[in-house]
Amino acid sequence: MYNYWLAVFLMMAGFYVVIAQGNLVKKIIGLGMFQTSVFILYVSMGKVEGGSAPIVTEGVEVYSNPVPHVLMLTAIVVGVATTAVGLSLAVRINEAYGSVEEDDIQELDDELDKIQESGL
Amino acid sequence: MLLTCLAITALVAIRRNDLFAVVMLFGIYSFLTAVLFMNLHAVDVAFTEAAVGAGISTVLMLSTLRLTKRYEAARRRNPILPLLVVGVTGAALVYGMLDAPRFGDPMAPVHQHMAPRFVQESPTEVGVPNMVTSVLASYRGYDTLGEVMVIFTAGLAVLLLLGIREGQNHRLGRLAIGDTLVLRVVVKVLIAFIMLYALYVQFHGDFGAGGGFQAGVIFATAFVIYDLIFGEADARRVMPTHWLGRLAAMGIFLYAGTGVASMFLGHAFLDYSALGHDPVHGQHLGILLIELGVGITVFAVILTIFHAFSGMRRPDQVS
Repeated sequence: MYNYWLAVFLMMAGFYVVIAQGNLVKKIIGLGMFQTSVFILYVSMGKVEGGSAPIVTEGVEVYSNPVPHVLMLTAIVVGVATTAVGLSLAVRINEAYGSVEEDDIQELDDELDKIQESGL
Repeated sequence: MLLTCLAITALVAIRRNDLFAVVMLFGIYSFLTAVLFMNLHAVDVAFTEAAVGAGISTVLMLSTLRLTKRYEAARRRNPILPLLVVGVTGAALVYGMLDAPRFGDPMAPVHQHMAPRFVQESPTEVGVPNMVTSVLASYRGYDTLGEVMVIFTAGLAVLLLLGIREGQNHRLGRLAIGDTLVLRVVVKVLIAFIMLYALYVQFHGDFGAGGGFQAGVIFATAFVIYDLIFGEADARRVMPTHWLGRLAAMGIFLYAGTGVASMFLGHAFLDYSALGHDPVHGQHLGILLIELGVGITVFAVILTIFHAFSGMRRPDQVS
């Protein structure tokens, strides 16, 4: 049962990073934590008491549920690909604004708005 | 014990504002997760998490740190409101989980619907000992094709955002981490074994843990190491970047092509029973082909993403 509590805890830890911290790279790491907690939840649900790894072996009767394993396996690889998209967005934002801090970016945007308004 | 370690690693990672340390902690966190999956008998998942989470993710995040800043700015915001939101959401989730089935309960609803069929029938129906592989490649072939396309699209998105440029080590013989004899010799020997292992994982995935996803990542790692030790220009001569896009597309083509071939032979899309003289043999051939397609695409996309990041210059170095 602790696995379920841990999944909730890690998910909330990741969630906290995403909403409370301003650094974009750290937010992506938080999302990664959030994602891993879902993997842990699914794989924990696939566990069967006394079950072995789902590869046919002689003398083994009970196997863990292979379905969550399949779902999470592909999700991990898709996860790294989407994380890469997020990181490259952060790199581009850094090129454009010179910062990956949310507050700095907001300030720069506000200043830009003011300049545009006064120009009109 | 393991669970406590995971929780502590996560907490420390949140509190540090040296992002280099955070990335390293996240690597440790991924590795602990892989160990946890191993304990839960999810060998394939553990394998993928170790190769992807602890390996490739860490490399990509470090490349990002090189291009941005290492230290996070001091926090200016009040953490009370986010903490409150997180607390309430967490409490709601825990409340929802109170009547979840007991951990490891064989009678839980998850184990009732499709799983018994996969566990009991797949060894005779598909003829592959690894049930994860037979579900992934055969029963769930459509979804896996979709996932491979997502990976391909993500690779395209990174290319559109960053493009593959020539980094500061683009001259032949210029190295990322200095000329170290020991590293050169060790890595030269190691790369052969990494590639051999990747091929083993690729083609032995039907019988043991492994498959195209893991093999593609491990194969890409061999090239990443080569790039780091022998320099970008040398690595790109071995595997030219314009080939990678073609390879990525070819992997999907091989996957979807296998599906179309089985349609021409009178069965449904991705029903490999048509490919051999008897259904089980056809399944074997089909799984081998589509896993190869997955492996090629994953390899090409991961390496493309790595090149895209390693080819960028830091903003302060752009003249």
